[in-house]
Amino acid sequence: MSTTATAVGVSPKRGIWGGGNEPLKASYGKLMMWFFLLSDIFTFAAFLISYAAIRVSYPGYAGPAESFVGSNEYWPVPELVFDAMPFLHGYHIPLAFVGLMTFILIMSSVTMVLAVEAGHRNDKKDVVKWLLWTLLGGITFLSCQAWEWSHFIHGTDGGSVLTYVNRLGQVVTETVYGANLLVNEYGPAAFAQLFFFITGFHGFHVTIGVFLLFLAFYQAAVGVYEGRGHYEMVEKIGLYWHFVDLVWVFVFTFFYLI
Amino acid sequence: MATANVATHSTDAHDHHDHEHHDNFITKYIFTQDHKMIGKQFLVTGIFWAIIGGLLSLVFRLQLGFPDMELEWLRPILGGWITPDGKLDPEFYLALVTMHGTIMVFFVLTAGLSGTFSNFLIPLQIGARDMASGFMNMLSYWFFFLSSVIMFISLFIETGPASGGWVVYPPLSALEQAMPGSGLGMTLWLIAMTCFIASSLLGGINYITTVINLRTKGMSFSRLPLTIWAFFLTAVIGLLSFPVLFSAALLLVFDRSFGTSFYLSDIYIGGEALPNTGGSPVLYQHLFWFLGHPEVYIVLLPALGITSEIIATNSRKPIFGYKAMIISMLGITILSFVVWAHHMFVSGLNPFLGSIFMFLTLIIAIPSAVKVFNYLTTLWRGNLIFTPGMLFSIGLVSFFISGGLTGIFLGNSAIDIQLHDTYFVVAHFHLVMGSASFFGLMAGVYHWFPKMFGRMMDARLGYIHFWATFIGVYLVFFPMHYIGIAGFPRRYYSWTGFEFSNMYTDLNMFVSVAAILTFGAQLIFLFNFFYSMYRGRVASLNPWRSNTLEWTTPLHPGHGNWPGEIPAVYRWPYDYSKPGASEDFIPQTVPLSATPESNLPHEQELVKLEKQIIADEEADLVADESKES
Repeated sequence: MSTTATAVGVSPKRGIWGGGNEPLKASYGKLMMWFFLLSDIFTFAAFLISYAAIRVSYPGYAGPAESFVGSNEYWPVPELVFDAMPFLHGYHIPLAFVGLMTFILIMSSVTMVLAVEAGHRNDKKDVVKWLLWTLLGGITFLSCQAWEWSHFIHGTDGGSVLTYVNRLGQVVTETVYGANLLVNEYGPAAFAQLFFFITGFHGFHVTIGVFLLFLAFYQAAVGVYEGRGHYEMVEKIGLYWHFVDLVWVFVFTFFYLI
Repeated sequence: MATANVATHSTDAHDHHDHEHHDNFITKYIFTQDHKMIGKQFLVTGIFWAIIGGLLSLVFRLQLGFPDMELEWLRPILGGWITPDGKLDPEFYLALVTMHGTIMVFFVLTAGLSGTFSNFLIPLQIGARDMASGFMNMLSYWFFFLSSVIMFISLFIETGPASGGWVVYPPLSALEQAMPGSGLGMTLWLIAMTCFIASSLLGGINYITTVINLRTKGMSFSRLPLTIWAFFLTAVIGLLSFPVLFSAALLLVFDRSFGTSFYLSDIYIGGEALPNTGGSPVLYQHLFWFLGHPEVYIVLLPALGITSEIIATNSRKPIFGYKAMIISMLGITILSFVVWAHHMFVSGLNPFLGSIFMFLTLIIAIPSAVKVFNYLTTLWRGNLIFTPGMLFSIGLVSFFISGGLTGIFLGNSAIDIQLHDTYFVVAHFHLVMGSASFFGLMAGVYHWFPKMFGRMMDARLGYIHFWATFIGVYLVFFPMHYIGIAGFPRRYYSWTGFEFSNMYTDLNMFVSVAAILTFGAQLIFLFNFFYSMYRGRVASLNPWRSNTLEWTTPLHPGHGNWPGEIPAVYRWPYDYSKPGASEDFIPQTVPLSATPESNLPHEQELVKLEKQIIADEEADLVADESKES
C-alpha cells in the first residue's frame, strides 16, 4: 500500500532522489529487511572465513579413498564422512542425503516465490497454499538436519582410533565413535566444532524462518493481510527465506564440496 | 491529513497523536518512540557512562602517577580491590583499563555520540516526523540500556570485570584460569556486548532507512547537511562491521563455555596441556579488528559531521568543499574496512601483507587531510562567532591534526615495531579519536541544547569548560608521546619496576594531575547541562541563525516535529553570507524564487523549474483536499 501511496503530492520534476518519496521503490520495512540481510551476510562471511582459515591450517587427506580412516592429523574427505542415508544402514551413498536436504530447501524457496507472486495478485487462497508448502519444506529441512546431526554425533559402527588430550588433560589413545566438541572420529576436533557451530547457526536462522513463515501463514489464512490490502509481510519474510537458502548453498559448498 | 508527504502510515498516525491524547510519564520518558526523547535518553546514559569511565581512568592514573600513594581512602568504594597494605590490586588495575576502554569506546562515543545525535538530528534535519520505525528505535535504546545494566553489574562482581584489555584477545580472555577477570566478568562483558551490537544494528538500520526514504520534498542527497551524511555513513559502517564483532564474540563464547577451540591451540597451564587444538588466536584478532578499525570511524565521523555543521554556521560561510567533504567521508568509509591489520603488525603477520596494509592505511591520510583543510578554509576569513559549540569544534580540528600526524608514524609497519602497544599509541588515539570525538559530542550538546530543551546553556561556563578541557587534554596526552617513544608499554601496573622507565615518574605525576583537573572541569559542564535544562535562558527559535530544518520547528517540538505540514526544501544548507542577500543566512526552506537578489546564475535558471514544481504540488494538494471533502 505504501508503494501505491508514495508519489502523491510530489512533482515528478523533482527526480527520484529529490526527496518526498521512496527512491528505491521500497517501503521502509522492506529496506530494513534488506539492510539486516546485508549485515547478516557479514556475520556468516566471518564464520565461513574462520572455517576456511582453520581448514587450510590442516593438510587434506591425500591417500586413496578406499583406505580412508578418520584421523586428527588431516582434514577428512566429505564424501566419505557424509555418506549415510536413513533406513539404509551400512551403505555408502556419498552426499545423497545432504543433497536431498538442499533440494528440499531450494524447492521451498521456489514455493516462497509462488507465495509472493500470489500475494501480488491478492490471491489469498494461493498465498496460503504456497506458504504451507514453504513451511513444510522448512520443517522437513530442519528434521533432516536433526537426523544428520544425530548420525554425525553417534558415528559409524567402527569408529576410529585416535590419540588426543582428554578433558582431564591426559593424553589417551582409544577408539572414538561419533563426534562431540572435544574429539570426533572423522577428523581434527575443529572439523566437528565448525560443523556444529556453522550448520547450527544456519539451522537457528532456518528455525526463526519457520516461525516467521508460520506467522505469515496464520495471518494470511485468517485474512489479516487481506484486510490490510497487501501482502508485503509475505514479501519481507520471503526475502529472509531466500537469504537463508542462499547461505545454505555457501555452507553446503564449504562443508560438503571443498 | 493532506500532508501528502512522505506517504507512510506512521506519518499520518502522528498527526492524530498530537490532537487526541497526551502521553503519560511512561510513554513520554521511558518507553518513548519519539526520536527526540530517545536521543536524549542516549545522551543522558552516555553522560552517566562518561562519568564512570572517567572515574575509572582517574583511579589508574593515581596508580601510575603516584605508585607509592596510600589508597586506603578508596576502600569504601573499591573494597577488596585495595590490597591490605593500601595499594591498588594489580589485577584490578587491568580491569580498570579494560573497562575504561570498553566504556569510552562503545558506551560513550558510539552510543552516547552517534546514538544521541543520529536519533535527535536525522528526522529533524531531513524533515521527517520521526524515524522510519519508532518501535525499533525504542528497542535500540532498551537493548543499549540492558547492555549498560549488565556491563555495570560486571563492575561489582567478586572476580572483577573483564580484564584482558578492551580488545579481549584470547587466549587471555578465553581461559578462566588465565586471570580473575576472564571468569564471570568476561562472560558478562560478552553478553553486554551482544546486546550492544543488537542495539547498534537496530539503530543503524533505522538511520539508513530513514535517510533514504523519509527525506522531505526537495531534500535530495546533495542538499543534506553534512551531519546527516556523516550519520548515514556511520550507520553503514556499523551495519557492516558490528556483525563481524558479533561473530567473533560468539566464537569466543563457544570457546569459553562449550569447550571448542576456535581461538585456542597448544596451550599449557602450570605444565599441563589443555585439550584444545587447531584454533588460532590471530583469527580472533582479524575478526575483532575488522570491527575494531571501522569502529574508530564510527566514533569519529559523527563528530566530524557535527563539526562541519557548527563551523559553517558560526563562520557565517558556506562549508568549503561540500562535495569534497562527502567524497572524503565516503573514502574514509570504504578505506576503514581495508586497513584493520595495521593493528596486527607485530602479531606475526606476513611482512609483505603488512606493507599492503601500511599502504592502505596511509591512504586514509588523504581524505582526512582534505577534511582538515576544508575546516581551515571554512574558518579562513570567516565572520567567526565563538559560541561554546564553535570552540569545541575548533578544538576537535586541533586534536584531529595533532593526533592524526602521529597516525602517520603508527601506520608504518616498521616504526610500529618500536611503538606498538606503547604510550605513544595511547597518546595517538586519545587525541585523534577519543578527545576529538568527545569534543564533537560536546560541540553538539552546546549547539543543539536549545533544540533539545528549549533553553540556552550558559556560554560563560561553556568557555571555562572549553579552555580547561582543551588545555587539559593536551597536558594529559602530549607528554605520553615521550613516554611512549621511550618504549613504555601500555597496560602496565607499575612504572618504577624497570630501570628504563622510572625516570618518567615526574612526567607521569604531571599527567595524572592534569587528568584529575581535566576531569574536574567536566563538573562545570555537568552543572551547566542540568542547571540550564531547567533554569537556562529560554532560547529563541533559531539562536545560531542557522539554515537547517530543525530550527523551523517550534521551541518544544511535539511528537511529529512540525505542527502543520513538513516544510519543503529548496536549497542546500550552507547559504551563509550570500552576496546580495539581506540577511547573512538563508534557511533551506526559502525558495530560490524568493531570493532573486542573491541567486547565482545557475540558480536563477533553476527558478523556473522550481516554480513548476511548486505549481504541480499545489495542484495535487488542492485535488487531494477536494477528494477528501
